Amino acid sequence: MSVQLDPQGQLRHLINTEGLPRDLLTRILDTAESFSEVLGKSVKKVPLLRGRTIVNLFFEPSTRTRTTFELAAQRLSADVLNIDVATSSTSKGENLLDMLRNLEAMQCDAFVVRHADSGAAEFIARNVAPGVSVINAGDGRHAHPTQALLDAFTIRRQKGPLEPLTIAIVGDILHSRVARSQIHALLGLGAGEVRVIAPRTLLPRAIERLGVRVHEDMDAGLEGADVVMMLRLQHERMQGALLPSEGEFFSRYGLTEQRLERTHPEAIVMHPGPVNRGVELDPRVADGPRSVILQQVTNGIAVRMAVMSIVLGGQGEAPTGPIEEVAG
Amino acid sequence: MSRIHVRGGHVVDPACGLSEPRDVYIADGRILAVGEAPAGFTADRTIAAEGQVVAPGLVDTAARLREPGASRKGGIIPEAQAAAAGGITTLAYPPDTRPVMDTPSVVELVHSRCQAAGAARVQPLGALTRNLEGEYLAEMAALRDAGCVAVSDGGHPVANALVLRRAMDYAATFSLPVMLTPEDPALAEGGRVHEGETATRLGLPGQPAATETAAVGQILALVEESGTPIHLGRLSTARAAEMVAEAQRARLPVTADVAIHQLLLTEHNCDEYNTEALVRPPFRTAADRDGLRRAVAEGTISAICSDHQPHDPDAKACPFADSEAGLSGLDTLLPLALRLVDEGLLSLAEAIHRVCLGPARALGLPAGTLAPGSIADIAIIDPRAAWRVTPESLRSRGRNTPFIGWDLAGQATATLVGGRVAHPGNEAEPSRRQL
Repeated sequence: MSVQLDPQGQLRHLINTEGLPRDLLTRILDTAESFSEVLGKSVKKVPLLRGRTIVNLFFEPSTRTRTTFELAAQRLSADVLNIDVATSSTSKGENLLDMLRNLEAMQCDAFVVRHADSGAAEFIARNVAPGVSVINAGDGRHAHPTQALLDAFTIRRQKGPLEPLTIAIVGDILHSRVARSQIHALLGLGAGEVRVIAPRTLLPRAIERLGVRVHEDMDAGLEGADVVMMLRLQHERMQGALLPSEGEFFSRYGLTEQRLERTHPEAIVMHPGPVNRGVELDPRVADGPRSVILQQVTNGIAVRMAVMSIVLGGQGEAPTGPIEEVAG
Repeated sequence: MSRIHVRGGHVVDPACGLSEPRDVYIADGRILAVGEAPAGFTADRTIAAEGQVVAPGLVDTAARLREPGASRKGGIIPEAQAAAAGGITTLAYPPDTRPVMDTPSVVELVHSRCQAAGAARVQPLGALTRNLEGEYLAEMAALRDAGCVAVSDGGHPVANALVLRRAMDYAATFSLPVMLTPEDPALAEGGRVHEGETATRLGLPGQPAATETAAVGQILALVEESGTPIHLGRLSTARAAEMVAEAQRARLPVTADVAIHQLLLTEHNCDEYNTEALVRPPFRTAADRDGLRRAVAEGTISAICSDHQPHDPDAKACPFADSEAGLSGLDTLLPLALRLVDEGLLSLAEAIHRVCLGPARALGLPAGTLAPGSIADIAIIDPRAAWRVTPESLRSRGRNTPFIGWDLAGQATATLVGGRVAHPGNEAEPSRRQL
């Protein structure tokens, strides 16, 4: 994954959380912390990326993710261009490389890429012109690094340093880019123990090689966990004979108040959204006191600002002292 | 037809148990003698082969030439020439062309283009089922009459076991060898890499080893009952090789081949989404690779092929999911087979056997030997000629190979097809391969 770092070890692209040095991961979270303060003010904008152009290149529709990237770029004063490729040229047979060349000719500085194929963001990163950065906004089953970073940021804010924590990731691990990126980010930040919990049909082979403990029994997997990260279950998993029904999934792997009692008494509950109520989460848990799901959404903007500013900002240092605000 | 004296080479002919310095005498397109010159023999041409290996021309059980149907990727003439330059004198051409080789007209086109090439012999494999759809039998008798030496599923496994059973029986009626690629399409479920660590890490849908072993099990059950001889092409799992060994011990008429790259690479060659290592069947674990190597050494797998699949650059310059499977293998079959000798896996005679006699027998061809009276298909090989694989070093139109950057040893200095020098051609070629 050396494509992400330049020869000086600076972050040039963000494709995955795998292999990122711990100090870099920490710096992203620290930078997000400082932006988070800005976002609490009435004027929520800084001029760090004034004059820079960021292209949201979405080959797969996702209003939520695109909106948070767009907002993050605007808060940094960058110009934003949204290209919805799902209905655009590649479906007309245009080659992806040709399309990239055309977009580069417009002199943009970064692509935020969402694509249904694993490896698409890395492919684009390997083929963009020097000086152009790529931020992966989700590629197939492979990676969703900004989601994983905002999750780590949320955990750190709620629970402090990750070293003593036991974190359980529950649900459709097999198809989840979020889970893969969470595993790499959390272990990279020194989390004490990361568990994955799923029925065998939703566990990818050799997942333990990524450094996690595997549980097929939900109750055992939740025992003493400090953080429970639920994943979204796609309805089409019933068609592929991976699961019999959403009801049976909920009965074995849904997070209920009763199951939550197995965890640490102060455990937090997370979900990348949107929640399938009654499938992954009992609504009482989703809306309950342990849930930090809405904080995740808010933190998503600060973390994406941090990633954009580090990737595009040259030095990539966290802003020190008061951040200059944009007048008006 | 000229009379040729191949002088001073080290003759390796496993069919005759021969591996020693000998002269070879050729007349009228056939081997006249090996050893002493026949009385009154005068050569029109003498090829100095001192310090070189004189072997039967290589026989490749699977090489796609991309014509008709995908001439931007290859072509019968350029690929047959690339084969000859790689020491290959016969290659079997699977029927998944467009249109499919399920009628004599496509077979005749391939034959006429092959003759125009004047290079390696191209043996078209007839389709086992109509349009390779696995539903209706192809007209195999007509295909045989048109010159097909065998029939094949062309990489489109017949999903319905009943159709497969009948196709095997029908082919046996006409003494046509049946070449099958064992893959259970339902278990593959769109997985294009091995279901293992690399697939999990990269988030790519994987296919389990059972994709292959389940299909092998089914095919062997049919062979057990019918006694119809079959050849299993491109094994990728150690377990499938064991199953073949068990079947052979039970005296079932089963042979098998493996693509040379499966003996050298693993799933990890797909790391970082390396589309050049996207092949079908996929690269699997190191244990699978080692099991396949053992099976080749023991002779369970009697043939090593190139599984040549040339592509245009666009086919690989895209995200993994959009990329096309297969590598360009004609240029590297010989030196990679010799690498197995350097690595101590095979003796030189065994390596020559696996790329000459083994595949010839699987195809039912009288090739792969230098016995007097045989057709003079000969590869004269400098086993120490070192070259680095670069896109420019490849003679195939396909430059798609994960072996780019490898330093290899061994190349054919001359290739004779039917007693005619098919390589090097008349035009002086620059020796672009020397390091």
